[in-house]
Amino acid sequence: MAAGAAQALPDVSPLEGGARLALAGDWTLAASRRLEQKAQEIVDFGRRSTFVTIDLSGVSRLDTAGAWLINRSRRLLAGANVAVVIEHARPEHDILLEEAAYREFPPRARGRISIVAELLSDIGRAVVSSAREFYRGVAFLGEFVSVMAFVATHPKHFRGTSLVAHMELVGLRSAPIIILINLLVGSIVAQQGIFQLMRFGATSYTVSLIGILVLRELGVLLTAIMIAGRSGSAITAEIGSMKMREEVDALRVMGLSVIEVLVAPRVLALVASLPILTFIADIAALFGGMLVSWGYGGISPVAFTSLLRDAIGLNTFMVGIIKAPFMALVIGLIATMDGLATLGSAESLGRQVTSSVVKSIFMVIVLDGLFAVFFASIHY
Amino acid sequence: MTFSERDGSGAIGPHGDVTISVRDLVVGFGDKLVMKGLDLDVYRGEVLGFVGGSGQGKSVLTRAILGLVPTRGGSIRIFGKNRDSLPPAERRALEQRWGVLFQNGALFSGLTVKQNIQMPMRETRDLSPRLMDELAMLKIELVGLKPDAADKFPSELSGGMVKRAALARALALDPELVFLDEPTSGLDPIGAAEFDELIATLQKTLGLTVFMVTHDLDSLYSICDRVAALAEGKVIAAGPLETLLQSDHPWLKAYFHGVRGGRLAATIPD
Repeated sequence: MAAGAAQALPDVSPLEGGARLALAGDWTLAASRRLEQKAQEIVDFGRRSTFVTIDLSGVSRLDTAGAWLINRSRRLLAGANVAVVIEHARPEHDILLEEAAYREFPPRARGRISIVAELLSDIGRAVVSSAREFYRGVAFLGEFVSVMAFVATHPKHFRGTSLVAHMELVGLRSAPIIILINLLVGSIVAQQGIFQLMRFGATSYTVSLIGILVLRELGVLLTAIMIAGRSGSAITAEIGSMKMREEVDALRVMGLSVIEVLVAPRVLALVASLPILTFIADIAALFGGMLVSWGYGGISPVAFTSLLRDAIGLNTFMVGIIKAPFMALVIGLIATMDGLATLGSAESLGRQVTSSVVKSIFMVIVLDGLFAVFFASIHY
Repeated sequence: MTFSERDGSGAIGPHGDVTISVRDLVVGFGDKLVMKGLDLDVYRGEVLGFVGGSGQGKSVLTRAILGLVPTRGGSIRIFGKNRDSLPPAERRALEQRWGVLFQNGALFSGLTVKQNIQMPMRETRDLSPRLMDELAMLKIELVGLKPDAADKFPSELSGGMVKRAALARALALDPELVFLDEPTSGLDPIGAAEFDELIATLQKTLGLTVFMVTHDLDSLYSICDRVAALAEGKVIAAGPLETLLQSDHPWLKAYFHGVRGGRLAATIPD
């Protein structure tokens, strides 16, 4: 094919007042840019004459690209007042030349605006869209609460099986990774605590450090972030692809509430699972801290437990646990809402999953900050 | 009487030049065999209609020929070459000589129609942006789409427009061989007839070889040069439609002389 294309050079034999261009070889797309060069050569040769005969007898293969270029050259020459005749075209080439007749395609109107204007309009658009998103979020929360109220008064609509299935996915299946991560973080906090406090001879305070830090903040925060990344993304992708394949619309036309069928079981599963996972995470982190304190700091488990008992109270533990369901609610609502906002393309699905994870992690941290202020002000 | 492609080979081909040749193909999933020693020839320049009941493996065969499904035995030769034994570069060159229209279009959802059509050109050919634009617009017009469809995304198109856009993409590199998987499914009868006509016109002008999986009896009657029928993991009959209409195979009888097939068969003189 490539060898044929190499002969595509038009063979010129000058006639009186005109030129005869004999084309040869393959005039196909496979010749790529060379084909365009040849077409340009036809025009360049032709311009010098008053009439041109294009002889196609040597063309072995012709495709739409070749036909298009021949037609375009013909049109360009006609524009320069050169008469063009095409000779010896095979019947199938004739049909092709006719199908690929040259026509102008209206150029797309593309408004050119300055970079500053574009930047400003982008900023404006971003502000408006985040405001709109916040509004949608609040509306979604309201809708969710009203559906929950309906389900509470009509227990028949409570989807127990679905709830349990999602709790298995969200809760049970993430337990191993959450235990592992919290065990490691507990160990690291213990090691750092012992290492830094050793200089002041205050190694035993490490236990207070671990107890308070893990129970109040780290346990719940790490778990919530893990769940936002692990389950939030899965929920968005699942609902998003259901939206793309019109499954969500199918539910809607059956007269079913999307919130009741798709959103409620997932969000409730998250709300129920996250406190349990937080508790497991707390235990894992404390256990990791205890192991390191024992091995690295020489604090025996018996001493560790008794020091821990002095350092923390039930309220320390509750501060972490109380936050969990609220974080779960935020993760679940953002994940489902972003899933439902997916449009038709694969790109849009990817964007929604990213935005869901980023937004839920951000909101989890914001929420944690608000709770910190709240608990500090009520001295809890 | 059932006859396989091999028994009646040679004479049936309009040109005798074989584009796809499948021999003794075995394809299976788990312990279930879908293709049990299948033989099939597609000749150059013909439109081959491929029929078979749902779940008989029409799509599996297409995917096996395209190399999307691993085979367990037999050989598939396309343009006279066995794809599995080709070095990667030649294999890619071979794959650029065919175009595929998937059943649901399989347009890239993140690209506009025009970008979809330009994708194969951009990736495999060195063309000026102007020529790529012009060729994409030409293809869009060839398949009967309006120019303003060029800048639309697949999610904004109707079912018929998706098929047309997907056909335009399949034709982007002016392939010699085109695979069409149920091209008229999901189109209204008028749209389907137009699409059949479009395929026939393009086949004539571009000299395409067309391998068409279809359920549409109208398409079989109007544009197919030859029809091959698949059942029980084999090609049970292949040849001009008239031959298949006279076949005694129970499935073929039910297919062509059933309630829907019978109406059309009656219009063809025996």
